[in-house]
Order: sequence, then C-alpha cells, then structure tokens
Amino acid sequence: MATLSLSGVRKQFGTTPVLHGIDLDVADGEMIVVVGASGCGKSTLLRIVAGLETASAGSVRIDGRDVTGLEPADRDIAMVFQNYALYPHMTVFENMAYGLKIRGMKLPDIRRRVDEAAQMLEIGPLLDRKPRQLSGGQRQRVAMGRAVVREPKLFLFDEPLSNLDAKLRVQMRAEIRRLQKRLGVTSLFVTHDQVEAMTLGDRLVVMHQGRAAQVASPMEVWGRPADTYVAGFIGSPAMNFLAATLLEGGGAAMLRAGPVIGFARAVSAAAAGTAVTLGIRPEHVEPAEGGLPLAIDLVEPLGSETVIHGTLPGGEVLTARLPIPASGIGATMPLRLPPEAFHVFEGASGRRLD
Amino acid sequence: MQRKTIFPQKGLPYLLLAPQLAITAVFFFWPAGQAVWYAFLRQDAFGIRTQFVGFENFADLFADPYYLQAIWTTVFFSVSVTVLSMSVALLLAALADREIRAAGLYRTLLIWPYAIAPAIAAVLWLFLFHPSIGLLGRGLNAMGVAWDYRLNDGQAMLVVILASAWKQVSYNFIFFLAGLQAIPRAVLEAAAIDGARPIRRFWTVVFPLLSPTAFFLLVVNIVYAFFDTFGIIDALTKGGPGKATETLIYRAYLDGRVNLDLGMSAAQSVVLMIMVIGLTIVQFRFIERRVHY
Repeated sequence: MATLSLSGVRKQFGTTPVLHGIDLDVADGEMIVVVGASGCGKSTLLRIVAGLETASAGSVRIDGRDVTGLEPADRDIAMVFQNYALYPHMTVFENMAYGLKIRGMKLPDIRRRVDEAAQMLEIGPLLDRKPRQLSGGQRQRVAMGRAVVREPKLFLFDEPLSNLDAKLRVQMRAEIRRLQKRLGVTSLFVTHDQVEAMTLGDRLVVMHQGRAAQVASPMEVWGRPADTYVAGFIGSPAMNFLAATLLEGGGAAMLRAGPVIGFARAVSAAAAGTAVTLGIRPEHVEPAEGGLPLAIDLVEPLGSETVIHGTLPGGEVLTARLPIPASGIGATMPLRLPPEAFHVFEGASGRRLD
Repeated sequence: MQRKTIFPQKGLPYLLLAPQLAITAVFFFWPAGQAVWYAFLRQDAFGIRTQFVGFENFADLFADPYYLQAIWTTVFFSVSVTVLSMSVALLLAALADREIRAAGLYRTLLIWPYAIAPAIAAVLWLFLFHPSIGLLGRGLNAMGVAWDYRLNDGQAMLVVILASAWKQVSYNFIFFLAGLQAIPRAVLEAAAIDGARPIRRFWTVVFPLLSPTAFFLLVVNIVYAFFDTFGIIDALTKGGPGKATETLIYRAYLDGRVNLDLGMSAAQSVVLMIMVIGLTIVQFRFIERRVHY
C-alpha cells in the first residue's frame, strides 16, 4: 500500500508528443481510473508508471520514493494486461508463483500465498492447468491472482476487461472493485469504457490528446465536466451542444434560431456577446407543452425509455432520453430545456464557465 | 482442419500426383532400393564378378575398428557443429530481436552465408586457415603457434567444425529470430514486472517458449552435420590427416568411389539411411507432442 505521485510527466515518441505534462496525486488505497479515447496517451501513462516506458520528462514517485529511473522489477508493482500475458508454458500455480520465486521466497510460503489468492479468486481447482486450457474469464482471474500474490505497493490495470464478453465484463468489474477495496491496494486502472470508469474509480482522470482534461470523482466529472470534451465523453447518449451568444449580465444566452435560454445561475466569468456552447444531457430534456419544437428523425426505443434524435428550428441537432414512448419519425415534439440543467462552456476554448 | 476434395474422375488425382511420385521413385526409391540390394552383394573392383554374401558386409563393417572410429568422429563432429551453430545463432537472434539501428541490414547480412555453396564456404575458410596462404593461418604461425590443419588432427577437426557450423548459423538464426518475435511482448513485460532480470527472463520465459523451435533445429542440425557436410570436408581436409575428419558419409564415399568397394559402401549407406529415418521419426513424434506448450 502506497501513494503514487506523478509530476510533469511528458512523453515523446520521436518528435511526436504523446503526453504533455501529467500531474497526479493518488492517495493510499485509492482506485484511479484513467479513461479516454484510443490514442489519448492513457496506456503510455500507465506504462511509464510501470517502468516499461521511460518518461521524456517529469518524475514518478511511489510511496514517496522517486522511481523514475528504476527498472520495473525495482518498483514493487503488479500489472494486469489486456491480453492477460500469462506464461504459456507454466501452470497456473507456476504463473502465480513466478514473481515470488524470483524474490527468493521459500516454497511453503509461496504455496500458502498462492492458495490464499486462488481461494479468493475461486481458481483453486485450476492450479495445475496450463493457460491454454482456461477460458477467457479464468485467464483473467489468474492474471489477477498473479498480481495479488505479490502484495505489491501498486496495482496497474491495462484495459483488463476489454477481451471479455459483455456479461463477464460486468461481473469481473464488480469483482475487481470488491477485491481492490478489500485489499486496499492503490490502483491505476486504464480503460476506454466510460461505464467501467464511472463504476470502478474513486476518481477519474479523463485524458484528451495527452492532457488530463479533468481529474475528479465520477459524479463530479458527470455533474460538472471541465470542458466540452469531458462533457461529451462521459454520459450516454452524449451531451447535446448548442451554439449560443451570452447576453448582458450572464444570466441567459441566445440560440442561433432566436430563443433565449435563461440559466439558473448567472455566468460571471465572461462578457456579454461571448460565443458560448450550451450543454444539456439528453436525460434532462423534458417533454412540455409550448416548448421548443423538435422535428424527430430517429426514434430508439429501449424499453424503459426512448431515445429520440431530431433537429431544432435553428438547425441544431438534439438528442433526448425520455421516460415515455415517443411519436414516430417526422412528427414534431415540443421539448423543454430546464435552465438548471445547462452547462455553459466558452465557445472558443470549450472550457467550463461558472 | 481437414477438407476433402472430391474429384469427379478417379484418374485425375493420380495424374496430379504423378510428377511428384515419379521424382520420388526415380531419385529416391530406386537408388535407395539399389543401395539396399548392393549391401548384400560383394563385387570385385572391376565389376566383373558379383556374389551374394548376405549380412557379411554389415558384419565386416562393425568389426572394422576404423568404422567404429568414424562413428565416434561423426558423433563428436555433429555434436560440436550443432552446439556451436545453434548457440551462436541463438545469441545473434537474441541480439537482433532488440530494437537496434539498421536491424534490417544486420538481419539480411546474417542470412547470407546460407546462400553460399558448401564447397565455396570451405574455400573461404581455407583462405583463412591455410598455413601458407591463409590470413589467420599465417598469423598464427607468425605468433609461434604451430598451425597446420593438414598435419594436426585436432586443428583439422576444428577447421571443419568451424566451417560447417558457420554455414548453418544463418539457417538457425532465421528460425530463432522468428521464434523470438512470436513471443508476445506483454509476456516479457509481465516477467519484467514480476522482477525477472534480462538473463533470468531469458532462461525462464524466452527459452522455454523457444524450445519447440530449438528442438526442431536440433534435429535439422544433426541431420545437416551427418549428411550435408560432405562438400566442406572434401574441400578442406578430404577426411584427413589420417582419418581425423573422416565422418560416416565421407567414409561411404571413400569406400564406394575411391576404393571401389560397392558392397561395403552400400552397407554404410543403409546404416546412414536407418539413422536418418530414426531421427525423422523422433522429430515427428516429439514435435507432435510438444509443439503446443
């Protein structure tokens, strides 16, 4: 158990910058999920923490000790890989015992620890099998077991669930969360899946083009996204964005088509006339008499709710998630956009305005 | 994955197989059959009188101390060539597997020796080790080492081993490199995170995963050293000095072509044939079982 702190971590491959200075402080026992689209640098960040890549600048400290220049072996970490990376020629027991054996642990102690971990992960009966004789889910457990037996300072997860089928993924997700809480090991979990990110993390790091766009708790990322990228990335269906111009006093903005939208709280950080982007989540849009008319062009019934896509009079595309069945394609539905549900972002930079 | 193709005419499949079968029959079964038949005959040097002698040729062969010596020479030679060429190839492949500058060029150059004919390879080594015209040979003599592989048994053996192993390194290198590159990166990274240093990682993870390749190469190299090194030995030492580099294949050639004792030569060919069949069986049996770890 330990803290992890990154300061100014940069990475360049040749002349291509991949990470532009990442700062992050992880508390003891905390589970941090690094989430972002592919190519955002999240895996590179994890590999730098593991010591599999060297940072071009900046430092990595584990438990206060600077490990920036150390080999992976000297960092006392364990990692679960996307494709499990089990040793194909060793049995499950040998796979789990490998790291302990290298550390010179005595065989009875190794056996005790492996048995303990195997019991916890319910892979006890598989200890004598080779990886090729296991299913995807079982391999995943063995990979977890190999990390757990080491009792490392830090767990690193590199998209460990992406090779599993949907049902197993949900199950393993819950198990990883439970296991991490129980062992209290500081963890860094990389994923591109926002549901995984929301459910697993104590805090999220939303990465965008080599930068940490926002570091916050899942609910804060959802409720107060730092910019339009984060706002659009977290939440499904994605947040609606409407271009508008801020009015005098910052209490309202005018959409292109004319309607004025009032805010629950005035925006003070920008002058009148500033181009802004208004964000509203599809689930916050309500059907209401006399609201903005939405010309529906697609209806997706999901059973308990309905997702409708359409265009507003000004030509803006809008998606709404309604708890009622909606009328068909081609119809027009009046919708209310509640003022308290709006997020206001600066038009040019995309940054949140308060 | 076995798929059966049904031919409408019964004759077509046989017709398609015919060229392959004809080649095998003319160039393998016929000479092999003749060798087996000759092994039971004794013929005078001019081929005038031929006599059936049963297993007498074989009995004579294994009673001949020189033949037994040739077996030991072959075993020593083959083991040395195999160990040397495989270990050098593995080292080179492990080095080439890293991210190094101009890796492509390096790999291409390493593959070249395989394209060189055995006799030319031998001449190349001759130019290196010849006591009076060879670069290294003259150097050694100048340094006071009494170097003449044409007179010294051990030196002769050393030179044929070096030349034969050198020729085979490229082949082994290609297979080892392919084997190394087939090992998933993540597995090696997992071992690194588990705390294994490069040397330990090599012996506990890389080498076991290479073992099917290594075993395949072991058999191929033994077969090579047994049978395909005739050209090198003939060009460098002609089996000498004395009988120091006379391997089984060279002895079979000497008896048949030089001493014109066809029966003895044929008997030796049969012994060699049995050996190569044995090696092939071992290889297939073992590889079938071990190809998946």
